[in-house]
Amino acid sequence: MRFSAVKDHLSGFRVGIAGAGGLGSNCAVALARSGIGTIVISDFDIVEPANLNRQYYFTSQVGEYKTKALKENIARINPDITVLAYTEKLGRTNIPALFAGCDVIVEAFDSDEMKVMLIETVLAEMPGIPVIAGSGLAGWGNNDSIKFRKIDDTLYICGDETTTAGEDLPPMAPRVGIVANMQANTVIEILMKKNKDYFLR
Amino acid sequence: MKIILNNRDEELTGDLLTVTEMLIQKKFSYRMRIVKINGVLIPKDQYDSALIREGDTVHMIYLMSGG
Repeated sequence: MRFSAVKDHLSGFRVGIAGAGGLGSNCAVALARSGIGTIVISDFDIVEPANLNRQYYFTSQVGEYKTKALKENIARINPDITVLAYTEKLGRTNIPALFAGCDVIVEAFDSDEMKVMLIETVLAEMPGIPVIAGSGLAGWGNNDSIKFRKIDDTLYICGDETTTAGEDLPPMAPRVGIVANMQANTVIEILMKKNKDYFLR
Repeated sequence: MKIILNNRDEELTGDLLTVTEMLIQKKFSYRMRIVKINGVLIPKDQYDSALIREGDTVHMIYLMSGG
């Protein structure tokens, strides 16, 4: 299949990304380059200098909301993508409305508690919508520790499932990028098997 | 009893276990996790009541900080 056909197929779908940090920003960019029609991003943080070791932002964007900065960056890469950016803290109450209509949701939070909350909420409130979670990406090296695991049709895990990011084991561009791109790759794999629903879009 | 835990055959002591009992028996201590029994999500507040039976497929997924 030619890339033009892949892009055309992917343009009919909407993907939600919960969090626009290391996982979310890099995953969003990979999806935008691939031609996903609509990307829904939610994050309430601003870009900080410490984020630039792994997140898809630029020094000139320090101080801006990540949602605004990422929308700008995606527009510069692929202006055909529709980006819906919500500068909101996600919780059990707003997730279903914010990500309504999404064909797949990418879990891209930093904190373990938020990761669990997002997965539980989508599995319970948005039945049938697959969640692609990132778990374990801190540090450097150890390529072969990073895995992909399909639990079932609604839950996929990317990461080493072991390391916790902290002062002595920082999240860094290479491993965060690997996991973010594995998540994007999983989204594409799921959507390429899915038929476009022309009537609802 | 025999179950399938994270795609592997697993032998547990007892005929019927709650999720909490399974977690203790397997010494799973890390708190941030998702548990599914036969594909059904078990929320945290049901760990003491949700039952695991012979032949069940159980998934236990740790969510590690970092992103």
